[in-house]
Amino acid sequence: MPVSNQVRNQHLLWRAGFGPSAESIQELANASQGEIFKRLLKFSSKNPEYIDVANNAFDGLFKGLQEAGRIENLSKEQKQALRKQSREGIRNLNLRWIEEMVNGQAQLLEKMAFFWHGHFACRNLNMYFQQGLLDIIRKNALGNFGELLREVSKSAAMLAFLNNQQNRKQHPNENFAREVMELFTMGRGNYTEEDIREAARAFTGWGFTIGGEFVFRKQLHDNGVKTVLGRRGNFDGDDILDILLEHRQTARFIAGKIYKYFVNEELDEANLSWVSDRFYNSNYDIRKLMEDIFTSDWFYDPRNIGTRIKSPVELLVGMRRILPMELANEEMQLMFQKVLGQILFYPPNVAGWPGGKNWIDGSSLMVRLRIPGLIAENDEFNLKPKTDDDQQMGQMMREPDDPGPSMTRAPNTAGLRIEARVEWDVYLQNFSGVEKKDLIRSIAGILFQKTEVNDKTIMKYADINNRESFIRTATIKMMSMPEYQLC
Amino acid sequence: MDGNGMIDLQSEIRIMNIKRRTFLQTGTLASASMMLPGFMKALQRPNMVPPGNKVLVVLQFSGGNDGLNTVIPVRNDIYYKERPGLGIRREKALILSDEVGLNPSLPAFRDLYEDGSLGILNGVGYPNPDRSHFRSMDIWQSGSSGKEYVNTGWIGRYLDAQCNGCDKPTQAIEIDDVLSLALKGEKNKGLALRDPRRLYNSSQEKFFKDISETHKAGGDEVDYLYKTMADTLNSADYIFRQSRLHPSGASYPATQTGRSLKTIASLIFSDINTKVYYLSLGSFDTHINQQPQQQKLFEELNNALKVFVKDMKDNNRFQDLCMFTFSEFGRRVSQNASGGTDHGTANTMFFIGGGLKQKGILNGMPNLNDLIEDDLKYSVDFKNVYATVLKNWLNADDREILGNSFDYLNFL
Repeated sequence: MPVSNQVRNQHLLWRAGFGPSAESIQELANASQGEIFKRLLKFSSKNPEYIDVANNAFDGLFKGLQEAGRIENLSKEQKQALRKQSREGIRNLNLRWIEEMVNGQAQLLEKMAFFWHGHFACRNLNMYFQQGLLDIIRKNALGNFGELLREVSKSAAMLAFLNNQQNRKQHPNENFAREVMELFTMGRGNYTEEDIREAARAFTGWGFTIGGEFVFRKQLHDNGVKTVLGRRGNFDGDDILDILLEHRQTARFIAGKIYKYFVNEELDEANLSWVSDRFYNSNYDIRKLMEDIFTSDWFYDPRNIGTRIKSPVELLVGMRRILPMELANEEMQLMFQKVLGQILFYPPNVAGWPGGKNWIDGSSLMVRLRIPGLIAENDEFNLKPKTDDDQQMGQMMREPDDPGPSMTRAPNTAGLRIEARVEWDVYLQNFSGVEKKDLIRSIAGILFQKTEVNDKTIMKYADINNRESFIRTATIKMMSMPEYQLC
Repeated sequence: MDGNGMIDLQSEIRIMNIKRRTFLQTGTLASASMMLPGFMKALQRPNMVPPGNKVLVVLQFSGGNDGLNTVIPVRNDIYYKERPGLGIRREKALILSDEVGLNPSLPAFRDLYEDGSLGILNGVGYPNPDRSHFRSMDIWQSGSSGKEYVNTGWIGRYLDAQCNGCDKPTQAIEIDDVLSLALKGEKNKGLALRDPRRLYNSSQEKFFKDISETHKAGGDEVDYLYKTMADTLNSADYIFRQSRLHPSGASYPATQTGRSLKTIASLIFSDINTKVYYLSLGSFDTHINQQPQQQKLFEELNNALKVFVKDMKDNNRFQDLCMFTFSEFGRRVSQNASGGTDHGTANTMFFIGGGLKQKGILNGMPNLNDLIEDDLKYSVDFKNVYATVLKNWLNADDREILGNSFDYLNFL
């Protein structure tokens, strides 16, 4: 079956952003992919605004902490208040960023940032540090990979997460060097354990102040000669990053990961070599790499369309883009992230979210299929996510009957409702010229990237009383199908 | 027994054994059971599961349970010196031996010990322990060395190895709303459910059955999703039917652990093909004011487990049960300034069941004189435990599943 122009445009919008919005549908039948991509680039060319969720209470506590010098100098109550505010902050950061993904015009930038958020996976309970890292990632999302790598590597969030504060001349800690090489640049199998040990020596002394500023602590740095990937010298951390970037394998590893994420989990050797060579030769220009991908013919090859399982965040954000809605109970978005297995700022480990079929098991799939119905019918949501002791979701979610300050329990969601009010008007306009008999196909054309829909089944479950409620109910039913999980 | 004579019982067992062989050949007891002629189906009677159908129950203590206040070194001066407020005094502990006592909230475990149905393994951990909850749990659940990041769990890979062509993901069931990494394999995944009836009710939506039945092959990914959906819907029916075959009549406490163990018991008494059950209890992350928190959780566990064990024994299933407990790490030897303990390393595991080959305290108590950075050194790698359970209890290829060979322990 030939792929329609509309599907090709939707393919681009799903991969280079979070899917088509209700308003954008009208033009997708006729616009060219080139035009759409140009606009995506244009809207993503401005420096993104800093997302700042710190409130006065947190600022005050944090200032107190800076004056005290170290966290140990704070009183028990101060420490507790700081932790609590920090958790709140990360929760707000999550929701604020989701809003950008849903309503922001810089779709390509946020999608790229979302990719880097998984690539530079980091858990840190300090809200300021997380906020700073997110800013680095969004600012450099389409910039130069070398810069991005350097800024991330010098961020308090990552240095703390990978224990580089403990990496000292006398007691090297290899964690940071190992992950930089294994996960951030070259990938496994391209260096030796000896390379890691030597690189770790070069990173000694890299640390951060209590305020989150990078600092090089000279007295902790190992000034001896190191041998890393065949090069010898009195290297520091910056030198190691340069050496890693000089290796073509780094371009290949990053381009390969991007290809798998944005094009197809199955690598096509010819396409990958082409983009990764150009990525290397452009000195790691991310924007050019993405342009190479999204303007290539092979990106629109049918085998690359409709084959990607949406991540939980992509699924939820995509729903809100196509069906604009008001959420009285924003917290439900955290609940869905949690039961579906992708909470922003809480990756499962430093390797990020594995993605693909890993998202799907019997329970998670059934929740995915029920969400549209929950939104439309405002049914009760009765699942209980697991506790996460790093995250203390029980407190993050503000459970009313929390048994005590130090008990971390998963919130019981029994009786929680989404309380969403879908604003159907904009969406409905897309079908104004569509004949009744073509409605189901037309809806499927917007919601599904690939598949023929079985009209009869949908007819059975849609409300045929009037045109409007037919479109509404058929839409919700189709969003409750496995096909909608793919983009 | 329900009034049948001995001969009838024998013949029933023979029939069940035939069925069970069919199960082993086809991989699912369900399909075998459904193909049985009606007259044979009529022979199914309560409590007739033949011996030999072993099940594993894994109980996860989430949050890092304090092993030293679970199995207490009641003669160790260092323990009492490091824990002036938190240490459990010898007079209060449930004494197992001259040196070892149990947490006072675990009398059911002492009964098991005296009964020869409890094994205690100390100092279980792994090299270069990670003190982050999520990373350490990741390592335990994936069964990895800690050096690499593995996206599958050890029970999931057991399913991959065992369950080629299974039509229902019911060989491993987690009593929860969300499936843990431990039960996710490359090709097969276990199923998470809180309650068979609820799963059944929510799978009764006709829409899902309809689209499932009318779906035509449409490509790898979409077919995978439809297969997962169909498997889940079928399993929901199957599990619900099984859970009502011989529901446990025992009265379990009205706690989450009580309800979960009752569900597990009812399924163990049935004809279901489930080999592994998984459940969690927590949070044991007791940085502040540890004593009442640990006590509350242990009481919940103790009271539910006591009923569960009796239930298993009354129904002649205890000899085919092996249950073990684990936590992502133990806690620091010294108490902290808030009446709690911070993240530690090696920890204690309990083994419970009527089929233990080695009972009691299986190895020495942790050496509190020999610490690394104030934490216990591990003496047994948890992957030795997994290998033993996989090989000697589940009769599976532990090397393939764990990607390495680990020496077997003697408790099974």
